[in-house]
Amino acid sequence: MRPKNYNKMTNILIAIVVLLLIATLVQILRVSELLSEIKNKDVNEVTDEDNSTQGVLFLIVGFGFLIFVIWQMVAWDHLLLPPASSVHGTQIDFLMKMSMGLILVAFFILSPMLFYFLYKYRGKKSNKAYFFSHHNKLEVIWTVVPTIVLTGFIIFGLKTWDNAMNVEVSESTTVIEVYGKQFNWTARYSGLDNNLGQANYKLVKGRNTLGVDTLDENYADDKVTSEVHLVIDKPVLLKFRSQDVIHSAFLPHFRVQMNCVPGMVTQFGFTPTKTTEEMRADPVVIKQMKEINRIRLANGEGEVEFEYILLCNKICGSAHYNMQMKFIVETQEEYDVWYASQENLKNKLLTQK
Amino acid sequence: MSEHHKETFITKYIFCQDHKMIAKQFLITGMFMAVVGMLMSAIFRVQLANPGESSILYNLLPSHWLNEAGGLNPDKYLALVTMHGTILVFWVLTAGLSGTFANFLIPLQIGARDMASGFLNMLSYWFFFLATVVLMSSIFVETGPASGGWTIYPPLSALPQAIPGSGTGMTLWLVSITLFVVGSLLGGLNYIVTILNLRTIGMTMQRLPLTVWALLITAILGVLSFPVLLSCGLLLIFDRSFGTSFYLSDIIINGEVLHNEGGSPILFEHLFWFLGHPEVYIILLPALGIVSEVIAVNSRKPIFGYKAMVGALLLIAFLSFIVWGHHMFMTGMNPFLGSVFTFTTLLIAIPSAIKVFNYLATLWRANIRFTPAMLFAIGTVSAFITGGLTGIILGDSALDINVHDTYFVVGHFHIVMGLSAIYGMFAGVYHWFPKMYGKMMNKNLGYIHFWGTFICAYGVFFPMHFLGLAGLPRRYYTNSAFPMFDGLSDINSIITFFALTGAIFQTIFLFNFFYSIFKGTKASQNPWKSNTLEWTTPIERIHGNWPGELPVVTRWAYDYSKPGAEEDFILQTEPLKEGEVEH
Repeated sequence: MRPKNYNKMTNILIAIVVLLLIATLVQILRVSELLSEIKNKDVNEVTDEDNSTQGVLFLIVGFGFLIFVIWQMVAWDHLLLPPASSVHGTQIDFLMKMSMGLILVAFFILSPMLFYFLYKYRGKKSNKAYFFSHHNKLEVIWTVVPTIVLTGFIIFGLKTWDNAMNVEVSESTTVIEVYGKQFNWTARYSGLDNNLGQANYKLVKGRNTLGVDTLDENYADDKVTSEVHLVIDKPVLLKFRSQDVIHSAFLPHFRVQMNCVPGMVTQFGFTPTKTTEEMRADPVVIKQMKEINRIRLANGEGEVEFEYILLCNKICGSAHYNMQMKFIVETQEEYDVWYASQENLKNKLLTQK
Repeated sequence: MSEHHKETFITKYIFCQDHKMIAKQFLITGMFMAVVGMLMSAIFRVQLANPGESSILYNLLPSHWLNEAGGLNPDKYLALVTMHGTILVFWVLTAGLSGTFANFLIPLQIGARDMASGFLNMLSYWFFFLATVVLMSSIFVETGPASGGWTIYPPLSALPQAIPGSGTGMTLWLVSITLFVVGSLLGGLNYIVTILNLRTIGMTMQRLPLTVWALLITAILGVLSFPVLLSCGLLLIFDRSFGTSFYLSDIIINGEVLHNEGGSPILFEHLFWFLGHPEVYIILLPALGIVSEVIAVNSRKPIFGYKAMVGALLLIAFLSFIVWGHHMFMTGMNPFLGSVFTFTTLLIAIPSAIKVFNYLATLWRANIRFTPAMLFAIGTVSAFITGGLTGIILGDSALDINVHDTYFVVGHFHIVMGLSAIYGMFAGVYHWFPKMYGKMMNKNLGYIHFWGTFICAYGVFFPMHFLGLAGLPRRYYTNSAFPMFDGLSDINSIITFFALTGAIFQTIFLFNFFYSIFKGTKASQNPWKSNTLEWTTPIERIHGNWPGELPVVTRWAYDYSKPGAEEDFILQTEPLKEGEVEH
């Protein structure tokens, strides 16, 4: 236990140190200014020497920054999300690669140019700048070129967006409701009829945590679960609802995100392409998990295996940082076994009390 | 003029109608709020690096914000994030930046004796001051200040049951913002009227310095968008206090079934971002204006492509009104609408690219003088390049799916908006300090301040892009709840290290600022050898700016190093020589 007025004492000590530092600085400045007054020089005048120093500093620090950027790209590459585990996600990844390429090229042309110009054209009192106020041809070029490049990217982007947002439901689509509330997720499978029973927030009571309307027969074969199992290569349509505030269902590995808004049903359809087991055997993921487990062991925590995770990505309250649900992608056989083990909603509600 | 009416302490320093004093009031208040906002970020950065542990910095917080072990409570972490955002976006980079430089520069650079209405101008500051008092007082209420993020999305911000900060703290937040909007509207109208009507003889729109252009466009953006925030906030007040359902529908909170039906939080988001996006440019444009001026003066060269620069500003301002939906790609809105917003958003890259190229062309074959102001102006250009480019990723709805609301966004806007604007503000302070206080700021301290800030700021915000690409959501109290983020703890420590170091470097600026006011070396009338009108005023500041007649303008503001001229600058009041063509 710390002594009771420990905080006060530290605060006073810190205040004294700060005051002393300020006093020292004032004195140093006064001395330097008096010295330059004696030498009859203006201490704040920017000299040719200053220009040289600052120009060189820009060259060094500027290129140091660029090296720092490259270092980060190399050193932290294995920490980034592994390649997408969904059909549309692969297209998004491709667009991301292209866009990243574009902006990195622009960044590595413009930034060095800036830093080099600063070094190259650092001023001297005896020099004179070149009077150059406009140049129509040049300006047209650097308006038209970005326009053309951007047009390409806009078209490319919109195509990818259209594909990702496509929610056509076919025979084989599994419809699952994802229900968010402070601070957990629940899922509801639509059952054999592939139809979710109606729900109303006023019906939330006891075991009927999702407010399902028992007058709508579609609810009978629905199944409420606390984790989501998906079948590989089988399209799924997630329908989102929220009980209280806005949440956002974020499945980073699938490149899926959609807000859950009270009073509204939102949706996102996708097709998973890799089972959880396949991901665990993926070299990229293995490397990432190795790093994670190294750190966890160092912190005295247990080792973990890769899991698909649903996170909340819209500020929703004090436990926002810990609102999660497991997603598992597996083969049809494994799925069938799991699915059969889950209780029908009708049975669940009937056995109430 | 007021030379012969006697000024008391109160009319000179407090209820003052002189635009120069009001500018300083905005500046000092903005600086105070910047320190508060920065300390908040230092505190939550410490929490992110050492989740749940206690820290000496937490001594600054009210004790009921901490748990028994001395760690920060999760909802108070959100309170800090919310207040940090609110303070930096509105108090520092809107009022602190626009309020200071619009007030200070507009009359001085267009050759006016003061603002069109000195009284409204004074009111504008005092509304802002009241807003500041209310906002600061909200920190000390029992349940804590607003905690739903600076975007205050309902239902979280509407329901005290959802998070403690949505109680009294949120009420005070809304009152404070209402006062703030009133203040900024009074200011904005005044700026527009002054620029349009009070330009001195010869000061045509084509001869306006780019600072004034930027401030004019900023003021127009503010006048058109802030009222929407006001109405957005009013409806929220109704929902919170009078039982209406504009934004609320189908809610059960803490087991309580609410009666509200038929409202939509999405409506709130549309109204909020209709201000929210122009707000980004309300923050950025004044900085770009200042930077254009500072770069031209210190390159000893005319700003390249003056007309294109003005055109780009206008285009950015126009586009900023039709892109707000890119903050809402993931709300479940019609995908076609998302496509439209992607299209308009990516268009902004074109005028932005023009600006960058023009800055580079200005620096080409220049004779650069590295004053501290110039260093910060270059910092803005660098940040604008680095941060602007990642906008191409975020503006693309398809890519936004996976980086929306992650640290990638945090990195992006802190660089392109935060850094660009705060560097621009520093550049402005260093550049016009001699005009404001008649003293010079210490050059060497300015150099140290710049390099410390420049290095630390990139050290803080660049790594955030990688956190975002690893899928890390923003506004998480700790990243340790998900094993998938355990690998990122080193990056978080690096960011916190740079954040704290960067904060320490800001004390050098504060010291330099106050030291120079009292003990700085005396400034000459035109220390930077600049062309614009403010440098023709006498060193001792007088009410009315110019003794005797107002100056007459005969040329644009950028005749630096003009061939045929003896000096490398020509004041705007210098008549054209015979046979001389205007640029």
